[in-house]
Amino acid sequence: MTPPALLVERLAYAYPDGHQALFGVDLRVEQGERVAVLGPNGAGKTTLVLHLNGVLTGQGKVEVTGLPVNKQNMKEVRRRVGIVFQDPDDQLFMPTVRDDVAFGPANFGLRGPELDARVTRALDDVGMAEHADRSPLHLSGGQRRRVALATVLACDPDVLVLDEPSANLEPRARRELAEVLLGLGRTTVMVTHDLPYALQLCPRSVLVDGGVVVADGPTRELLADGDLLARHRLELPFGFRLD
Amino acid sequence: MSAGHSHPLHRPGDTPVHRMAPQVKVVAAVAGVLCVVSTPRERFWAFGLYLAVLAGVWVLARIPPGWLAKRALIEAPFVVLAFAFPFLAGGPTVDVLGVALSEHGLLSGWNIVVKGTLGVLVSLTLAATTTPGELIVGLQRLRVPTMVITIATLMLRYLDVIAAEARRMRIARICRGHDPRFLWQVGATARGIGTLFIRSYERGERVHLAMVSRGWTGAMPDQGRPAGRAAWLLGLAPTALAAVVLGIAL
Repeated sequence: MTPPALLVERLAYAYPDGHQALFGVDLRVEQGERVAVLGPNGAGKTTLVLHLNGVLTGQGKVEVTGLPVNKQNMKEVRRRVGIVFQDPDDQLFMPTVRDDVAFGPANFGLRGPELDARVTRALDDVGMAEHADRSPLHLSGGQRRRVALATVLACDPDVLVLDEPSANLEPRARRELAEVLLGLGRTTVMVTHDLPYALQLCPRSVLVDGGVVVADGPTRELLADGDLLARHRLELPFGFRLD
Repeated sequence: MSAGHSHPLHRPGDTPVHRMAPQVKVVAAVAGVLCVVSTPRERFWAFGLYLAVLAGVWVLARIPPGWLAKRALIEAPFVVLAFAFPFLAGGPTVDVLGVALSEHGLLSGWNIVVKGTLGVLVSLTLAATTTPGELIVGLQRLRVPTMVITIATLMLRYLDVIAAEARRMRIARICRGHDPRFLWQVGATARGIGTLFIRSYERGERVHLAMVSRGWTGAMPDQGRPAGRAAWLLGLAPTALAAVVLGIAL
């Protein structure tokens, strides 16, 4: 039996200042699934994401394709789980796009032609190959977002985790990114406030609030439940109705 | 560094000097400057020969002298100081156009001007033919400590980001009627700088998280390629010429 891409059981976490962010999260994501993690600000979504690759470690169990997230497995866990952060300027820090995309796989031991091939493929996947020798600083917001995605794809992760991928994107860049993501065919966990984007990209959604999962089901059903959304400070943009 | 947005000190090109491994160029430049500063100031001919060697590199790298001259103006404040020496220093004097100038002061001024100018020109030649990114790769190949390399890489990337943020914050202040022309109005600017520091610190934490998530363990991946014996010999040839000049001058 193939192990789930992600298995989170009774995950609890308190920040060093005592603030309890997660109160026992359960989540199972099968391989190939695309799941949106929805929830209001401060619900614990980002805290949950940072547990998936062991940046934070709380109480409970986290496994990535059967591998427990612990100190011994940290390097492999970080290769298996690729996180694309919300602000591309936090992620892109090397002098050129090519260097930045090579940073991850080089850390995981790739060198020479193998590394070059991985970088080229990742940039091709996001349609940014022609910008390989430019500085990330001089790219548009949408291009930076796609390069940030390439920096993670280059590590060949089993699970792709995206934190607010559509934030600050113009409609066209937003659609182009959606097309890239749909074409990848990878297990994807997408944290977002952008409910239509969740509907477009993820057949399943989980709603997190107050540090626990409060709803888990098909995205269309969740978003059609106006009362559920209202209880957790979520709402569809003006003019949208799904019921 | 990038299409259409090169660094003001870099002159993109595809010459043997541009293609030379950055670590070779860094060693050649540092050793060249050491030769210049070690030369006794009275050996006027030696400085002429150094300039000739450097001019040879400019021809190879296709750098026009005018391009260098404009950027060499950075040393102007130091040159002004050097011109004051002949008037301020004591000791025996010589008459130049009826003005008594200190012999010792003239030599001191000449020493500063010639060595400073040659040093600036060597640095500009290195910067013109090597992108900032390549410079870091070169330092990495020369086994400069990993912490220094990491700091230099991040500084190179985020200086512009932070400067842009500071500009946006300033514009936002001005848009709300801030007009920092008087001493009692600088408070908002000072608070802005404080906020920028906190934001940069927080960004630093987020950047660190993003790096750790991609398997970073403390050292930047080595992206350079070793330079062969031929590259070292060719690259250091101008410096070797300078060393011969120094040997004769000493």
